[in-house]
Amino acid sequence: MAWSDTFLQVLKDNDVRLVTYVPDNVLTPLLTGVTSDNYFRSICTTREDEAVGVVSGAWMGGTRSVLMMQTSGFALIANALASLTVPSQIPVVMVISERGTMGEFNVGQQLVARTMRPVLDSLGIAHHTLTDQATMPFIADRSIKQAFMTQASVALILSPLLTGGNPAGNEKLKSA
Amino acid sequence: MTSTAKRLNRADLTKRLVAKLKHDEAVVAGIGNSNFDLYAAGHRPQNFYMLGSMGLACPIAMGVALAQPERGVIALEGDGSILMSLGCLTTIGKVAPRNLTIVIWDNGVYQITGKQATATAGAADIVAIAKGAGIANSHWVRDEAHFEEMLNRRFSEDGLLLLAAKIDDQPGTAQTPRDPMLIRNRFMKGLGVGRAGALDA
Repeated sequence: MAWSDTFLQVLKDNDVRLVTYVPDNVLTPLLTGVTSDNYFRSICTTREDEAVGVVSGAWMGGTRSVLMMQTSGFALIANALASLTVPSQIPVVMVISERGTMGEFNVGQQLVARTMRPVLDSLGIAHHTLTDQATMPFIADRSIKQAFMTQASVALILSPLLTGGNPAGNEKLKSA
Repeated sequence: MTSTAKRLNRADLTKRLVAKLKHDEAVVAGIGNSNFDLYAAGHRPQNFYMLGSMGLACPIAMGVALAQPERGVIALEGDGSILMSLGCLTTIGKVAPRNLTIVIWDNGVYQITGKQATATAGAADIVAIAKGAGIANSHWVRDEAHFEEMLNRRFSEDGLLLLAAKIDDQPGTAQTPRDPMLIRNRFMKGLGVGRAGALDA
């Protein structure tokens, strides 16, 4: 089973029915799986902080959802997390495809990636880096459950070790 | 249309809106004066007051609307706030929740920070932007009677609607208690969501 199918099954096991996202190459197998499966409702937002709003409203209304984005998208949402979800104790399950490491070709991605874990740490948001299919289901399942039980956000960072990295970047590495 | 629209008053219109709510509709009010005047109109258990996250009133309201499709949901947002997140109008235009109503209070200034002009004081037209974003049912409010007429609707099922009102530059008329946990908790109880227990007694 592909890593993306395994991950989507974890979402189903946790009654996560709404997927908000801003697209990314690495996320494509997840997004393709979500949009082709009637279990999920998917909403592509224009910005990642917009998705934080949708996820927050949905949870307050009784629906569990996740936000999928790439590393640079996370850099857009610090204020939404700090001024809405953290002080309100609204759990946001963030699924972040990790750019900027292990063969990044874009210097901007490399720099913005360095801000991600420090921002998560400074806001007291738990984060786990998912590196392999053997441990990923356990970490993801338990972390999503913990997020909803304790009303605390969690970031699940999809490492290139799990996903194989950005396909476009992998092509560039061949000639690097 | 916009240049001839009558300058209305946010506190007055908010009271008129709240008086129309007969079915526990949820109201999500944006940062600053939008939520201050909602609070001033009389607290309801289905009110959510945003204390930060400027620009997210409409996305939050859409999330509530999707989670509770049988409940009417109203977003109240200022011109400065919606200008910060115009993209969300395209998402809402695409998803088009039938139970979502959006009201934009347009005073043409960032009132709360010292009345610096917003783009809507010049050429930017919120209703034209909303229509262009795919919210066809978008209208400028002509006067108080027109506002009430436009709100004679079944909020839960009459379709996506956006109203924009040119308002004066008066500040909000009350101050919402700054307790995000309390606000969120009460809002969820008002929506019938969340953990029930002896602490609710």
